[in-house]
Amino acid sequence: MTKAAALLLAGSLALAACASDQKSSGSASGASSSGGDLKIGLAYDTGGRGDRSFNDSAFAGVEAAIKNNGGEVSELSPNADASNRADLLTQLADQGYNPVIAVGFAYGQIIGDVAKQYPDTKFAIIDSSVAEIGAGNLTGLLFAEEQGSFLAGVAAALKTTTDHIGFVGGVETPLIQKFEAGYFAGAKAVKPDIQIESQYLTPAGDFTGFNDPAKGQIAAQGMYDKGADIVYHASGGSGLGVFQAAAASNKRAIGVDSDQYNTVDDQTLKAVIMTSMLKRVDNAVEAYIGDFVDGTVAGGKDVINDLSTDGVGLAKSGGFIDDIQGKIDDYRKKIIAGEIKVPTTR
Amino acid sequence: MNLLRRLGPALLAPVLAVVVALVISSAVMAALAVNPFDVFGVMLDFGATPIQQVTAMVVIVNRAIPLFLAGLAVAIAFRMGLFNIGVEGQYRLATIVAAAVGAAVSLPAPLHIGLIVVVAVVVAAFWAGIVAVLKVTRGVSEVLSSILLNFIALVTASYLLTGPFRGSLPGASIISTAEIPASGQMPGLNGIFDVFGLANPPRQLYGFLLVAAVVGILIAVLLNRTRFGFDLKASGMSPSAASASGVNARSMVIKTMLLSGAVAGLIGLPDLLGNTHKYTTDFTAGLGFLGIAVALLGRNKPLGIAFAALLFAFLDRSLVPLQIANYPSSVVTIVQGTIVLAVVVANEIARRVARRSAAGGTAAPADGPASGDGSTGVVPTPPPGSTDQRQGAQA
Repeated sequence: MTKAAALLLAGSLALAACASDQKSSGSASGASSSGGDLKIGLAYDTGGRGDRSFNDSAFAGVEAAIKNNGGEVSELSPNADASNRADLLTQLADQGYNPVIAVGFAYGQIIGDVAKQYPDTKFAIIDSSVAEIGAGNLTGLLFAEEQGSFLAGVAAALKTTTDHIGFVGGVETPLIQKFEAGYFAGAKAVKPDIQIESQYLTPAGDFTGFNDPAKGQIAAQGMYDKGADIVYHASGGSGLGVFQAAAASNKRAIGVDSDQYNTVDDQTLKAVIMTSMLKRVDNAVEAYIGDFVDGTVAGGKDVINDLSTDGVGLAKSGGFIDDIQGKIDDYRKKIIAGEIKVPTTR
Repeated sequence: MNLLRRLGPALLAPVLAVVVALVISSAVMAALAVNPFDVFGVMLDFGATPIQQVTAMVVIVNRAIPLFLAGLAVAIAFRMGLFNIGVEGQYRLATIVAAAVGAAVSLPAPLHIGLIVVVAVVVAAFWAGIVAVLKVTRGVSEVLSSILLNFIALVTASYLLTGPFRGSLPGASIISTAEIPASGQMPGLNGIFDVFGLANPPRQLYGFLLVAAVVGILIAVLLNRTRFGFDLKASGMSPSAASASGVNARSMVIKTMLLSGAVAGLIGLPDLLGNTHKYTTDFTAGLGFLGIAVALLGRNKPLGIAFAALLFAFLDRSLVPLQIANYPSSVVTIVQGTIVLAVVVANEIARRVARRSAAGGTAAPADGPASGDGSTGVVPTPPPGSTDQRQGAQA
């Protein structure tokens, strides 16, 4: 009897290991429209389509590009442990997809080798610098997250009534530390004595922090209970928990990547999203594909999307920050002019 | 006939499990209005050019090597009735320490690789040893302690990676240990493709394949042809009977867990030595848990585990072409999941069939399984299945 129970336990554990597979790619078949022989390959980060954030934003960019230029897209998601990233890229290149766009810095480690194997295919990678990788047919699509986060910090500091705000990071990686650094700098530029809580959901190497609303909720709830009244999250899917904590405490939160006021379905959660730090992956992807069609992709270079190109910014949906828009714009101009240098590490 | 009878029950369960899993997933696909035969066709299509076909095979074998080692590590403990669910933490911790040591030293090639392997084996065995010590001294269930030690191992690995063992530049988007120098990197086996006149793709077949094969053979010999293997199996079947016949149960627990952990230490090395050459934040995770499924499917036998690992690797590879062909890749997840479930059920059925045929072979009109407690009055020579029954009666 114990043996059978133990077997079942082991079986269910193993199942759980298998079942953490991407949830969305099943129904997300390629949206292909006829006309044009543009074949775009899109390789997602873990989580795949349907994350209402990063991956979806990249797809929105591809969709817009297809509307402009025609063509079709094949979207691939990695397996549960994301060990097949190289296969996603090589298979897309083998099937004649060009350009091939890798969503997320995790591809940075292998895309260099793949790009060298397929010199006739153009590759792009979001959030990784070509300088780190070094391949002539690869373009890095980078974002100045710290600049957008600076403005989020400014908005939070101007809006807080307790002079106490918070930051929830998904996974403690250098990328998310950029968000944190900008947010801290922005808040302190407005109120040097402001108290800021900061917590990461998981340490580097454990990527569950980007997809764990329960952890996000606990972390944010702790900050609200300590007296913070605005929490900014850079934690992907975990942000839902941050919004839930804000709604439960009658406090406010700042979204990330896409305009989360518009992507969250729940009305009660909508009300707490003061603004979102936009990272316009869609614009960057659309522009890159446009350049590809025009034949002007340089390759071997990074395209940096910052405040000056509207690659990052603050969302205005909901009208919660309309009254402080003037002050935010002042800081924005100062950053663009180079008067304020936003740090990328705390 | 004799061979078939010996192999019959052993083959029955996994084959049955795979068939049942295929039927169930076909039904699911049909319900989703997807033609299952088209899906299986895509899964079996390895590509148009010879290079693509060989690459596909390399991908499968490369994926199967760590799965095989993980299954082997789990199976060694399984054989003794121990659940080493801590394989996950054991290999992650072992891999990062081995990567850091490998990057820190400079030795001639064979010694350098050997040192990395030894470090990984020792660290993982040590981590598994904690479980064993807790069990024999304090009676802590190994299921519980090994799961909990997983959490500690993962957090420790994260700390080591971001702290003392960090080798990547401060601004780099992927945190990693320093790269192991060339003398500590294991060359690929792609030379054999030239020998057989096959296309030689850029993707390298892991040299660790040879190590894994040797380890598999050694473990098979150890389990089946030595006193240790016999003691281990006996302890698993009936701890009381084993200790009555002079097997030291406590030392068996420690030895088994150390061996299981030692094999677990090898899991991360095919990737580390053959591909990444460093431990990174996104080093392949979850192999320890997949190993449980692989060991179950392989019925805890090294050869069976090898086939199970290849099957899982094959399913895994088909994720990509399925997505390109616009089929739901969740098909593969469904097949893997149903295989695991079906295996648990099929193992039980096979056990009963084996018991019934054994009982039917000795006592002529056996109606149902003999109770084994002597109540029938006639006590024939104990059929092979009887130890199982006794254990079942005790539990």
